[in-house]
Amino acid sequence: MRFVSAALAALFLSTSLATAAEPNAANWDAVLADAKGQTVYWNAWGGSENINAYVDWVGDVLADRFGVKLVHVKLDDTANAVATVVTEKAAGKDEDGTIDLIWINGENFASMKRQGLLYGPGWAQQLPNWSYVDVETKPTITTDFTIPTDGMESPWGMAKLVFFHDSARTDASDLPDSADALLEWATENPGRFSYPQPPDFIGSSFLKQILSEKIEDPAKLLEPVKADEFADLTAPLFAYLDALHPHLWRSARAFPKDYPSMSQLLADGELDITFAFNPAEASSAIANDLLPDTVRSFTFSGGTLANTHFVAIPYNAAAKAGALVTANFLLSPEAQARKQDPTVWGDPTVLAIGKLDDQDRARFEALDLGVATLKPEELGPALPEPHPSWMAMIEEEWARRYGVAN
Amino acid sequence: MLRFAPALAIAILALPVIGGLAGTVLPAFGYLPALGGDSLSLEPFGEVLAQPGLARSCAIALAAGVVTAAVSVGLVALFIGGWSQTRPFRVIQSLVSPLLAVPHAAAAFGLAFMIAPSGFLARLFSPWATGWTRPPDWLIVHDSLGLSLMAGLIVKEVPFLLLIALAALPQVPLASASRLSASLGYGRVAGFLFTTWPAIYRQIRLAVFAVIAFASSAVDVAVILGPTTPAALPVRLVEWMNDPDLSSRFMASSGAVLQLGVTLAALVIWLGLEKLCGMAMRRLAGRGRRYKADMAPRLVAIVAMGLTTLIVFGGLAVLALWSISGLWQFPNVLPASLSLRGWSQTLPRIGDPLVTTITVGLAATLLSAAIVIASLERERETGRSGGNRALFFLYLPLLVPQAGFVFGLKLFLTHGGVGATWTALVLVHMVFVLPYVFLSLSAPWRAFDRRFEAIAAGLGKGRRTTFLAIRLPILARAVLTAMAVGFAVSVGQYLPTLLIGAGRLVTITTEAVALGAGGNRRVIGIYAFLQMLLPFLGFALAAIVPALLFRNRRAMKVA
Repeated sequence: MRFVSAALAALFLSTSLATAAEPNAANWDAVLADAKGQTVYWNAWGGSENINAYVDWVGDVLADRFGVKLVHVKLDDTANAVATVVTEKAAGKDEDGTIDLIWINGENFASMKRQGLLYGPGWAQQLPNWSYVDVETKPTITTDFTIPTDGMESPWGMAKLVFFHDSARTDASDLPDSADALLEWATENPGRFSYPQPPDFIGSSFLKQILSEKIEDPAKLLEPVKADEFADLTAPLFAYLDALHPHLWRSARAFPKDYPSMSQLLADGELDITFAFNPAEASSAIANDLLPDTVRSFTFSGGTLANTHFVAIPYNAAAKAGALVTANFLLSPEAQARKQDPTVWGDPTVLAIGKLDDQDRARFEALDLGVATLKPEELGPALPEPHPSWMAMIEEEWARRYGVAN
Repeated sequence: MLRFAPALAIAILALPVIGGLAGTVLPAFGYLPALGGDSLSLEPFGEVLAQPGLARSCAIALAAGVVTAAVSVGLVALFIGGWSQTRPFRVIQSLVSPLLAVPHAAAAFGLAFMIAPSGFLARLFSPWATGWTRPPDWLIVHDSLGLSLMAGLIVKEVPFLLLIALAALPQVPLASASRLSASLGYGRVAGFLFTTWPAIYRQIRLAVFAVIAFASSAVDVAVILGPTTPAALPVRLVEWMNDPDLSSRFMASSGAVLQLGVTLAALVIWLGLEKLCGMAMRRLAGRGRRYKADMAPRLVAIVAMGLTTLIVFGGLAVLALWSISGLWQFPNVLPASLSLRGWSQTLPRIGDPLVTTITVGLAATLLSAAIVIASLERERETGRSGGNRALFFLYLPLLVPQAGFVFGLKLFLTHGGVGATWTALVLVHMVFVLPYVFLSLSAPWRAFDRRFEAIAAGLGKGRRTTFLAIRLPILARAVLTAMAVGFAVSVGQYLPTLLIGAGRLVTITTEAVALGAGGNRRVIGIYAFLQMLLPFLGFALAAIVPALLFRNRRAMKVA
């Protein structure tokens, strides 16, 4: 009996020691040793099969090389993962949390950072593969929706709002080149445009794109929005939507769920113009037989929204070392090049190609970005993301105005 | 051991419901100390009522409950009345029965793929008949009135009610009653409705209530087919529950209480309809008219029954085709090319959800079956069946909307430090599996010819030997069928799995709804196919195993 209780005590001690030790990213060998045998629960949006397949590949590599088991917890809204961590903190579960890694950016990052729900600061810059990251020419890697990342999230991919059309149906010369032109186009082509229903992040991003173009003083968007100014500042956005909605698909009585649904509707011929936050989305969909090979991309010459998406570790993660190893592998040239391959996913890299050695550079140079992908110089200017406070208020106002259709 | 079985069954059914309800109701009034709510207030209700479009969300849920039940019950009554003891009846009955095994979500996907403007029906008639080279801009799926939602519920509830009604038929003198009414000159349908239906309805009444409760609170079907501007109340509940702002947990709970109210209102409206229909029937019967010309309602009944089956199975076949299709554009009736890419991409990732689905289903089913058999044995030994009280407990988890108590259960588990564990998921599934296993097994168990046991006892065999060597083998088919029903119920569970599994434990059904609500039809096809396959395998096993076991026992073969 005494033996059993001693064994139990030893077991308890060893497990509590294992969870109590915070990994130190500066001592990478120790991180690798700690990570071996850990299970990393990665909460990531799971609405697109090619991304899910890529996450799966990451899991296979991590298991093979580092002994880390990766479990993809598929979310339909990243806010759900934030909710889980918030609940755990409220329940006093300050270690051994159920989430180890979150695919995140923007207002979810801002909200977690503000509430002290993130591991860090500083771990991201200590990752061995950070040395390849393009911090010089990609400002959104260190400033996420105007919020400094402070090394509390590690960059994973670059995003830019790009529109798609089927050249077999729509002539390239008829395509709109601005929000105003889009409204005109939608009026002439009723029922052929729509956007995912906010709070879907692509749908909300579309609203921010319109606001960025229509607001009188775009500099206001970079600051937290004041409640008493919100109505005035966003009046042009909602006037625009009021004008647009009667001409939308299903007369705006229903909306697509997310951007993959819009792609399906483009393939079905229900929509003529769709969009995504990935310049290679159309090429990727063509490669996967989801869209015909006549689909092409376009952007607005005045610029479209651009941002970076990241991975972050909750403060109470049970497998922090494993999460660090995962984040570091996601930054490796091997993983980044595979991610940028349109037959896999097509998501642009966060690395500076110039910082890579010859062999890794060759991985990127060998990529065929696909027939429907615009060249970097054709992508047009990048508009900055507004401060995260805008998103929540816009979504709320949207639901109030359009969440109940007639 | 046996003595505790009925109590255990009642505990498994009632404790989660009652505990879950408490866990829902207290936060609804602002009481949840873990989140800083330690006094009672009506504030959460104020917040819910201030949500845009709330009245409409409630109205859709209410209408879904009442309309689904009314159409389903009406159709089943007309169909049995108009066609029982005929050949078309048996054909349709054998076609409809398998529908029961199809999970709600899969049936909803099948329906959506048929009726959408770019769906299979539109393709079948385009462009040669309709002139459409592109899908029309019609709001069919996700329509504002929730008609698609109701259709999706009806196609699943009709088979359920039909089978329950058929099980009740032997207890009413259908044949002699219909001969009597026919000899008095009544039409088939009128004769049935006046003489036999009231007795049948009395027996299926609880099942009808369960249909109302389910239809008014279903989440998965409402996500796939229901309106989105705004969504039905149960869908919005799940959204509020997942809101990162913790104070919305209180609001979600009062929303769940509101859901209980909506379901209760649907039931009250139904009770009113029952009274009205009863009065109308008595008046019509009292007038003495014979209603001989009833071909029109009979035709409506059989065509609607046929269509139900055809559309769901057609939709599922189309889904299966989508899963192996290459690019398949409107208005092509068939895909331009076939490809296994979808399967080869999805299969490697399907392992975990598949294992969870099967192990949780098997565990919940085996445990439920053991408890049900023990309870039935106890009932046999004591001669006390528990009567209506037992029936009430059986139907309790089916009558209280899932959203109403699973929310509270989840709050209890999360704040009690119990995470998303396999055991918790099995226990929650048992709450829904056990009633169905009991309902399927109790009739054959009670109908068992006890003279077999008397003979065994006469030959000096003990209780255990008699049970294992006589009763269980003879009832093997019934036990396995009841377990197949239980397994199908477990596979189809969406909301309990979503909430208790919390994303870490996922099943084919939660994956199907999560991925399927997006656009990729190939992925929907694969998951819906698997959703269908698992229950069918269960029923196939239930048919094959006894056949193999008793291949040299002539009297044990199916007649």
